[in-house]
Amino acid sequence: MSGTDDHDHEGHEQSTSMASRVGELVAKLEAKGILSEAELDAAVEGFLLGTQRAGGPALVARAWVDPAFRARVLADANGALDEIGVDMTHWVRVKLRAVENTERVHNVIVCTLCSCYPVSLLGPSPSWYKSLAYRARVVREPRAVLAEFGLTLDPSIDVRVWDSTAELRYVVLPRRPEGTEAMAEPELAALVTRDALIGTAVCRAGAAGSRDP
Amino acid sequence: MSPRFRAGDRVRTRAVNPEGHTRLPRYLCDREGTIETVHAVYPLPDDRARGVSVEACKKEVLYTVLFDGREVWRERSVEPLSVSADLWDSYLRPERAR
Repeated sequence: MSGTDDHDHEGHEQSTSMASRVGELVAKLEAKGILSEAELDAAVEGFLLGTQRAGGPALVARAWVDPAFRARVLADANGALDEIGVDMTHWVRVKLRAVENTERVHNVIVCTLCSCYPVSLLGPSPSWYKSLAYRARVVREPRAVLAEFGLTLDPSIDVRVWDSTAELRYVVLPRRPEGTEAMAEPELAALVTRDALIGTAVCRAGAAGSRDP
Repeated sequence: MSPRFRAGDRVRTRAVNPEGHTRLPRYLCDREGTIETVHAVYPLPDDRARGVSVEACKKEVLYTVLFDGREVWRERSVEPLSVSADLWDSYLRPERAR
């Protein structure tokens, strides 16, 4: 494993042979007393629990209420995550970059080479994010793709697509919806959906508790 | 290792898709773009995928390179956009500013 945040870029097609190779490796490690099945299960479970923390909404909510924190998120997202106690490290520390939606620019994240994704911030990635259709089309006709997600952008807004081809991971810092001025951080965090953090949706007041499909 | 490019520099991506693994997506081959961010030095994945160890493989500066959708898709362009990718130094060569 080269230890990227979610997926390696190599060999999604070889998952069957990969599974059997992993099985053999685990058997050898067990036979030599290096690792037990129970330890392995605990590690996997810990990883999956970690991904459910979904640190992304907490990060965004803090950035919305605290301009100085927002500036730190944009300058050094990893440092900002440390401040709110979100750990992006699984095997190695992944460098995160937050990209900010504004009145002028709407950001969208993709990995055209496979499906790299900041899993510790967003939870497990949706299947459409890994689909060839999304990966091929969003770098060519993002407005059309976003419209299919139910998001029609004003023509005056520039669309900016970030293809995460290397060891950096991206997350969108969505715009704070109007009418949320009185809300506290936990309430605001509930408005931040997974899709808004990928850029295929925007945050809306009154969306609290709604789930991404 | 000091970076060969600075933010704002014009670059052109490599035209040839090599045998084996690379992280230069095909749709961005032989395209002109602008250095948006200069990142740290990272192991070259083209080497790593051939089984070269982290210690022995080439290390190169990584850049975020920004492209205009019209330059990327040309006659197949369907709508305005800009797209960036994170590319290693050897994927790029300098391009004269226009």
